[in-house]
Formats: sequence, C-alpha cells, structure tokens
Amino acid sequence: MLDIFDILISAGFWAATLRIVSPLILGTLGELICERAGVLNLGIEGIMTMGAMCGWMWVYMGGDLWSGVLFAAFVGALFGLLHSSFTVYLGLSQHVTGIGITLFASSLSYYVFRMLLPNATTPPKIVPFQPYEIPLLSDIPVVGEALFSQTPLTYLALLLVPAVWYVLYKTPVGLAVRMAGENPMAVEAQGINVLSIRTGAVMVGSAFMAVGGAFITMSAFDAFYFGMINGRGWICVALVIFASWRPGKALIGALLFAGLDALQVRAQQMAGAIIPYQFFLMLPYILSIVAMVIMARRASYPQALLTPFRRGERT
Amino acid sequence: MQIELREHIAPWRIALAPVAAVAVSLLLGSILILWVGASVSEAYLLLVKGALGSSFALTETFTRSIPLIFTGLAAAIAFRARFYNIGGEGQLYCGALAATFFGTGLVTLPPLLMIPFLMLVGALAGGAALAVPVLLKTHLKVDEVVTTLLLNFVILLFVGYLLEGPWKDPMSMGWPQSESIIDEGVFPKLVDKSRLHFGLLFAVIGSVLCWAMMRFTVWGYEIRAVGHNPSAARFSGINVNATVIRTALISGGFAGLAGVSEVAGLKGYLTLDISPGFGYTGIAVAMLAQLHPMAVILSALFISMIYVGADSMSRAVNIPTYIADVLVGLSVLSILVSVMLTRYRLRWR
Repeated sequence: MLDIFDILISAGFWAATLRIVSPLILGTLGELICERAGVLNLGIEGIMTMGAMCGWMWVYMGGDLWSGVLFAAFVGALFGLLHSSFTVYLGLSQHVTGIGITLFASSLSYYVFRMLLPNATTPPKIVPFQPYEIPLLSDIPVVGEALFSQTPLTYLALLLVPAVWYVLYKTPVGLAVRMAGENPMAVEAQGINVLSIRTGAVMVGSAFMAVGGAFITMSAFDAFYFGMINGRGWICVALVIFASWRPGKALIGALLFAGLDALQVRAQQMAGAIIPYQFFLMLPYILSIVAMVIMARRASYPQALLTPFRRGERT
Repeated sequence: MQIELREHIAPWRIALAPVAAVAVSLLLGSILILWVGASVSEAYLLLVKGALGSSFALTETFTRSIPLIFTGLAAAIAFRARFYNIGGEGQLYCGALAATFFGTGLVTLPPLLMIPFLMLVGALAGGAALAVPVLLKTHLKVDEVVTTLLLNFVILLFVGYLLEGPWKDPMSMGWPQSESIIDEGVFPKLVDKSRLHFGLLFAVIGSVLCWAMMRFTVWGYEIRAVGHNPSAARFSGINVNATVIRTALISGGFAGLAGVSEVAGLKGYLTLDISPGFGYTGIAVAMLAQLHPMAVILSALFISMIYVGADSMSRAVNIPTYIADVLVGLSVLSILVSVMLTRYRLRWR
C-alpha cells in the first residue's frame, strides 16, 4: 500500500498521466462534438491511426512539427467529411459507416506507410515535440515537474477542454450544434441548416481525433508502428458516455482513466513477477466497460443521436 | 438534393447492389495501384490469378473463406436484429480457446463425436463471450458496440497470457502456441495435399441452417421484426429483450465456430495469430451479402479471393498487401450507398 502512495506523490507518475491523457482528451472531445450534433463517429479508431501516420509522415518527409499537426487535422477533417456525407446527407447507418471508415482509414494508413517506406525494417524515427518548461511554474517541486514540463500538444489538449466547453455552451454555434443533436426540427425551424451544422461538427470532431492520433507518433513516441492506436479510439467512445457528453466531465474521466493506466504500468513493475503482465494490460479496457456500466443508467443521450435528419420529413 | 423512397424495389437492383459496390471499390483501389506505378489491369489480373488461377490457389481461397463465412454469419444475424456485435474477433478466439481446452487431450471421443463436440463447445464459448455485452445492453442499456469492441482486446490478451503461461506447449521451441489438437478432433481434409478441410462443409451447412431459421421459424421472424421496428415488435407481443439475447448468443456461437475451424481444421493448435482480423472482416462479408445468410457464402468467397489474390499480387508487382484491407474497407462503404440506392432514389433539384 505504501508503495502505491509513493507512486502517487512522484512527479514521474503525474507526468506520465498527462502524457497518456492527451490523446484521450483530444479523441474524447472529438467524439463528444460529433455526438453532441447527433452523429456517432465510430470512425475514430481509423481516423486516429490516419492522424498518427499523416502527422508523422509529414515531419519525416521534411515538414515541421506544427504544420504536421495541421496536416493531420486536415486529413482527419476530410475523413469527417466522408463520414458525414454518408451519415448526414445520405442518412446511412452510423454504426456501419463508422466501422467502414475505421477499416478503410487504418488500412489506408498502413498502405501509405508501406508505400512510402517499403524497406523500413526498424521503424524510422523523427525528432518529436520536446517538453516545453513553462517559466517559473515549472520550478514548483513535483507539480511543476509534472504539469508544466509537458510537450506543447499536451497543453493544447488541456486548453481545448475549456475552449470546447465555451463554444458548446456560450456561443450561438455551440447552441446550434447541441440543438442539432437534441431536436433537429427546432434547428430547421430557426432557419439553420441541420445538415451543415452536423457536417461541420463531424469534421471538427474528426480533426480533433486525428490530432489525438498525431500526438502519439509526434509527442509520446517518435515512430509509427502498426496497430499503435490499439483501441484508444474505442476507449474514447466509452469515455464520452462516461462523461455524459460534457467536456468537463470528459476531462475528469480521461484523467481518472489515464491515472489508473499510469499506475497500472508502475504496479506491473512491482507485481510483474506474481501477476502476468497481460492482466495489467487488460485493465484499461475492463475499466472502460465498468465506467460505461456505472454511468449508463444516468446517461442522458443526445435525443437525436443515431437519427438521420431529412428535411421536410416528419419523424 | 432530395432523397425519395422508391415505390417498388426491383429485385435486379438488389442483386446488382453488391456488384456495383465491388466495382466502385476496385475502381477506387486502382488509384492506389496507379500510385505505385503498376498497371491496373495487370495488377487485378494477377490478383484473380493468384486467387483462382491454379488448383492450389483455389483451395487456398476456399480455405480462407471458411472463417469468413462463420464470422460473416455472426455479423449478419446480429445486425439483422440491429444488435451491433463488433466483437466477432474476441468470440472467435473464445471458440478457439474452448476447442483447444477440450481438444488437446482432456476429452477423447471417436472422431464422429469428437468433431461435433468441439464445435459445440466452441459455439457455446463464442456465445458466452457475448453474454456479458448483451445482458448489459438489455438490462442496463449499455451500448453493445463499445463493450464488444473493448472485449476483443481483453480476450486477446487473455489468450496471450494462456499461450505464454499455462497452456504453452513445452515442445514449441519457445513459440507461444498450445499443444496440438488430438487426431480424433482434427477436421479431415476435403482435398488431398491441400489445406482445405471439412470446415467448408460445416460453414455451408451453417449458412443453410441460419437461412432456414431466418426464413421459416418464429425465431427468425422475431429477429427480423425486432430489427425492423423494435417498438412495433413489442406491441405485437414479441419479447424484444429475449429475442436480442437469443440472437446475440447465436451470433457469438457462429463466431466461435470460426475459431474452432481455424484451430481444429487448419492449424491443429492455437496461436495468437490464428485470425488476422476475421472478426472485423466478417462485418464486411455480412454487409456485402446484405445480411442474407446464403449470400454470405458468396461474399466470403469473394473477400477471401481478394486476400489470397492480394498476397500473390503484392509479391509480383510490389504493392503493399494492405491493398486487400483497403479494398474491403472501401467495399463496406460502397455497399452502404449502393444498397441505399436500391431503396431510395436521389433527385437533384
């Protein structure tokens, strides 16, 4: 027990938690934006893979890091456009479209990677984002080391939480997005185009997801591996439900989750001899399921989630 | 753009939908082939040759289609009831686990009983793997998509643990693999000197039974009713939850059979890579078959042809093998649109 306490007060643990949480925050916010507008985006796993590959490849080919992030976001938005042309404009099954996009986007990422680097046996590396120590604040013991010596993308992810909250709850655009997910007829009655609002939300959300994927290859690691997203996208979908579709709760849920994940890695080093490592690796997935079960009863789904909107049609 | 419901759904449109979807996928895939600098016609010709060009290739294509028929049926029946079982991969491994557990010496029966016994326990294990997600859905309203997806990872890690720990074959030179299935449990070969085994027959029988159930039985009717309109089904006295649970168990059972046939039919032992994503590809198979159990056979054969053919094509013209997965992903998307166009017409104004 004492050991776990030691872990909890170590700066390394908190730094790791923030590193793990960044792609989860980005993915969860992205999924949240889509679902708030009424569109389930199961393309997330594939879009994150795509973002991871595109951002990394951009830098490997000589681009700089930030334009790589932008490129990943752009490609993510394109896949969002593909998803919304299917689910929003044609009203096709959001489940199947999402799965299709995940299959397509992740295999396309691998194809492009192999295509551009046919002979890479050991994955080539880039120079990733370096930790940026915020002056003064990073000098605070433990907290400073953990919180204020992160890579810029982590700060970006953390700042996007209040930003998304502000846009969703305090601006007319956010109101329209939320309304498109609750009562699209009412949006239409206001003279706002539901289809455009939903498409925009899915594109922005997908861009977030792609940046979340890019974080993994450009900040957490420095190379692109096959299968490196490893279910993170699906965990984000679970986190959105856990968060009851609220950005603030999404941050808390993601932090809780990442903290347990970081703890798990450290516990593995201590108890690895007794408990096989696979059981530690299972924990994140089992935790996500448990989290969903706990929250499912209280979950207040956006009312129009999964329902396509066709103008002039009564539902 | 306006979307209008067609008054009559012409049968030729339904039959043509998958053909159109495949054509569109191949057309889009050709962009990737052109990018490599290869000739599209040559590449696709090599693909077809690699999958159908010799008796060896043919048996390989049939062999690869066996797990795809099973996982395709699993997806088809579940999606019919609008139960989105994306956990075929995990259920496949559960079936494989059961076959390995009972088949490596724990139980010895004459072959005529042993093979059906292994299939039974495999199907039960596959169904059991889906029991938690379906009960969570029916009783606690937990979305099944995410739970089935996440369980795939849990089950795969568990298999990894067994194969590196208690189940590891001491004679395997350090590879994480189980002991071999006893001879009584191994599926006989369908064609001599090939890898094609009796699993194909079982898969076809499975499709026929599944089709007959959907077409002629009350269960099948209830599944279709629940899938079409759950509240109408409830009003007409159908127990929706019971139907969803039953469907899920059957679906998981089929996915479990895929695992049994890979272990007892093809490999002879369990490894961590018996499935390169058959569970996920099964969704593509089911969609391409428009969720029809008999059409699943054809669409599984087609997708297996793409995989087997892409292997030999990529060796010949240096196209990454991932082209097969890209084509499969594209076909899921294009079949959605082409099926929609059988029911609706687009009017531009």
